Amino acid sequence: MLRVVDFRDVVATLDGWPALAGLTCTVERGEIVHVVGPNGAGKSTFLRACAGLVPLRAGAASVLGVDLARDRAGARARVGLLAHANGLYLDLTARENVAFWARATGAADADAGAALAAMGVEGALADRRVGRMSAGERRRTALAVLLARRAELWLLDEPHAGLDAAARDALDATLRRARDAGATVVFASHESERASAVATRTLRIAGGAAA
Amino acid sequence: MKGPGGGAAPPVGRRAGIAAAVAARDLRAEARGRVVTNQIVPFAGLVMVTFAFALDREDVLQRAAGGLVWLAATFSLFVLVQRAFAIESADRALDALRVAGVDLGRVYLGKSLALMVQLFALQCVLVPVAIVLYRVRVDAPGAVLLVTTTICATAGLAFVGTLYGGLTVGGAGRETLLPLLVLPVVAPVLIAATRATESAFRSGGAAVSEGWAWVGLLAVFAAAFGIAGTLAFGPLVDE
Repeated sequence: MLRVVDFRDVVATLDGWPALAGLTCTVERGEIVHVVGPNGAGKSTFLRACAGLVPLRAGAASVLGVDLARDRAGARARVGLLAHANGLYLDLTARENVAFWARATGAADADAGAALAAMGVEGALADRRVGRMSAGERRRTALAVLLARRAELWLLDEPHAGLDAAARDALDATLRRARDAGATVVFASHESERASAVATRTLRIAGGAAA
Repeated sequence: MKGPGGGAAPPVGRRAGIAAAVAARDLRAEARGRVVTNQIVPFAGLVMVTFAFALDREDVLQRAAGGLVWLAATFSLFVLVQRAFAIESADRALDALRVAGVDLGRVYLGKSLALMVQLFALQCVLVPVAIVLYRVRVDAPGAVLLVTTTICATAGLAFVGTLYGGLTVGGAGRETLLPLLVLPVVAPVLIAATRATESAFRSGGAAVSEGWAWVGLLAVFAAAFGIAGTLAFGPLVDE
């Protein structure tokens, strides 16, 4: 089984504070990993490090076979990170956003409508400007972007936040479908009960290290 | 639609059309927001009218018309650049593009192109305003010089504005920092475009042929900044 994430004794600091303090963990292809831990444990830093956004001070780390010590940005095109912001253009419609992102990331043949429909953004809603959408609708549009981009590794920070019950169910179904299609999903969430239903494994982090 | 992980995509940076997609997106956002139509054109027009009242002598206005047109365009540039990067920072889309490994050099080209189109459209309004308000005249050779000058100068302004707009996006005090950074850099564009436009207007007895040397300078400036900006934008924004 291909190892998608391989961190060994990884140390990373943010403003002098050790956000990751010797983190060792692996994620295999096809897993849906739920990252849990108290506030400040290093969950978000771990996700950002996987996306090549955090310089590593020590240890060895690879993502999708790319050695982050040598090429931190090497895997970015194959990774989809969805953090607190959605990265959408508020003056464009949901459909236009997905189409733009697909084109910009080399998936121009992606079906924006199908990606949006998979996240429950259909009909008139798909043609509504994102700036006029609710927080949950924007979140679903951002997830549709990841789907259209065909990211191999999905890194989601609190993906259930701001979603109503129907959208949460749609998200869980989308994560399973992404996994079935060969993607790997790593997400951090405080909602353990909800997360445990969709996750195939739980990764506990405390004090910047695996607990 | 293929599923995720259904095959590794080629490197994003090699894909054609990213710049065109970014330019189209920015122009679409402008068409929706109508900032140029509803705010910048009236603003630039007011600047031109204010100059007319302030100088208040036909011979002085005719002599200064070229400079006034480009001053109004430069003031408008700051508002256009702020707007161009406001759509990137509203939901941290520029960060998302960076994280997704999109070639930021192509994003730079796309945003510059969109800015260029908007500045050119603005000039299409400002020049007739100058002709009416300042009573300058343009004959056929002058019109060719004027159009070429406008293309080269708006390219230079757009390349500089986009580079510094990217540098200041999301930063504190960017509204005041941007003019401070951009004005000294675009001074050569302002001077060369003014001289070339004076030749096109035949202000102060200038000949049209005298303007073409300034157009050459504008073209070199635009090319140099376009290349440098394409190479530097990604690393600068990444930092």
